[in-house]
Amino acid sequence: MIDVTEQTTEMMGANGRNATDTAVIQMRNITKSYEMGTQVVHALRGIDLDIEEGEYVAIMGPSGSGKSTLMNMIGCLDVPNSGAYRLGGDDVSALTSDDRARIRNRHIGFVFQQFNLLPRTSALKQVMLPLMYAGVSRGERARRAKEALELVGLGDRLDHRPDELSGGQQQRVAIARALVTQPSIILADEPTGALDTHTGDELMNLFDNLNQKGMTIIMVTHEPMVAERAHRTIWLRDGLIQN
Amino acid sequence: MNLSESLYTALDSILANKMRSVLTMLGVIIGVASVIALMAIGNGFSEDITGQISSIGSNLLTISTDMEASGGYPALSMADVAALSDPLNAPDITEVSATVQSNQTVVFGGEEKNTAVAGITENTLSMSSLDEFQLGDGLTQNDIDLQSRVAVLGAGIASDLYGSEYPIGTQIKINGVSYEVVGVLEESGGGLAGDTDDTVYIPITTAQSRLSTSRTRDGQKAVTFITAQAAGAEQVEAAIEQVTETLREQHNIAYGEDDDFGIFDQSSLLDTINTVTASLTAFLGAIAAIALVVGGIGIMNIMLVSVTERTREIGIRKAIGALRRDILLQFLLESMMLSLLGGFLGIILGWAISMAAGAAFDLTMVIAPETVLLSVSFAAGVGLIFGIYPAWRASNLRPIEALRYE
Repeated sequence: MIDVTEQTTEMMGANGRNATDTAVIQMRNITKSYEMGTQVVHALRGIDLDIEEGEYVAIMGPSGSGKSTLMNMIGCLDVPNSGAYRLGGDDVSALTSDDRARIRNRHIGFVFQQFNLLPRTSALKQVMLPLMYAGVSRGERARRAKEALELVGLGDRLDHRPDELSGGQQQRVAIARALVTQPSIILADEPTGALDTHTGDELMNLFDNLNQKGMTIIMVTHEPMVAERAHRTIWLRDGLIQN
Repeated sequence: MNLSESLYTALDSILANKMRSVLTMLGVIIGVASVIALMAIGNGFSEDITGQISSIGSNLLTISTDMEASGGYPALSMADVAALSDPLNAPDITEVSATVQSNQTVVFGGEEKNTAVAGITENTLSMSSLDEFQLGDGLTQNDIDLQSRVAVLGAGIASDLYGSEYPIGTQIKINGVSYEVVGVLEESGGGLAGDTDDTVYIPITTAQSRLSTSRTRDGQKAVTFITAQAAGAEQVEAAIEQVTETLREQHNIAYGEDDDFGIFDQSSLLDTINTVTASLTAFLGAIAAIALVVGGIGIMNIMLVSVTERTREIGIRKAIGALRRDILLQFLLESMMLSLLGGFLGIILGWAISMAAGAAFDLTMVIAPETVLLSVSFAAGVGLIFGIYPAWRASNLRPIEALRYE
């Protein structure tokens, strides 16, 4: 399989954390409701959640359980109505949209079910993109993006555009893009949902390897086989965590 | 992210969608090209006319009857010409000529034409710089004294009537009376009092007795206009005053009454014509500017479609850390680059059209640097103004919804 030993160690080592906070994610009594037509939907009814650095967590639950809302909350794509959320030591519960964009850039690496790569853009440029928004210099960007692509086993596909790559390869590009900023967590939303079983397994092996090297991984899924690989599974039902 | 990164991103996006980019630019390309070409026609036209007027001879005053003030009678006669020729009356005038102008039917062989016939004094042609002959010679003082039936033809009327035949020595009929053709002028390309190329010139005395028999109020044979040459550009104003005084005295105009004549000098004529051609150019420019605005709306249209089409891309960019400003700048720069690029292509196209049209229709085309500058800055402005709204829409998309967009 893919050898991740060297690069991952280097990437994790560069990732500075506040030593006094043990948990990378601390959520206290997070609620979120929104209007859908005339109805008010209570998507999250009071979530308490701690995720330690280096953990591998699966979030499961039936549709409508608040999975997606929780993921958006963890990924700073949305703000809670109430409650406190500390991510990597920063209070992120009430920020402007630009501040949240900066937090996402620094702390979160997203991997989506639909890959979400830019069309007509080479693998190398895709992976360089988050570094551009982080203000990293051009040469440094290319170097780190190449490194990240090598880490996911695509060192020989740098100039390929999404339509020239298989589904599994596209998801690897997305993972490289998520890794390249050395985020606090990788947030994966059904990462194998659009892939066949064999390709999905290979990809899960890659996540395992990343986690073994210290990367915090949070994965939303409804496949028990996928969730089994995680150290911990969080069950969500009607906007609350089940124990 | 700094400006140069936004520029790269915008350029990447333009190059990644070449077909769409070219179609987007098309409106601006056509707009700028039409501004350049139409302004070139307007400027060329104005330059042509100015050139023709100054080639006729500078410091010339043209005096004609003011029919309203004269009570419908022609006011000018050969007596006025004699008075203005006297240095005691008009010391700043060096030469005076007279013309009797009318339209007549001119016939040679089977060819018949209705055209201007000018009865002239011996010096009329030389004063208007029309003393170059293709064939034969001009009118002599003797022709004028004897009321001879001789004629000099403008180049245009000569070729209309004669084609390739040799005109000198032949007889043409003007108003049914025969005249001998003694000379043909070189082509001059225009003139103030009608087209000099299509005019037939005969002695003024002959014209007064056979063609225009009108008389002034006191019974003198009338002339249509008098041309006076001022000694120099500085003397033009003094000459105008001297002409006015001399003619008022000649015509017994009481103090406080209006002149029964009008005086036109080259500079006031040039001013008038420049005003006319400037408004012509502005008019053409305004039409072309409308084309540019339409081009700008085209850009906005495509940019709006593009924002919708790329909603997911915007969502991805925002998810991985793009700020509102980054997205705003990316789309704004994209529309500005499209319109500027369109502007440059439009200049090239407009220049090519100007050159081709100039060659094909024998027009003078003048592409002024100001026109180029104006249309490029207009194009950039169009890109900016019409790019703001789509860019603002793009930057305000919420990442969750944008990512969910199919």
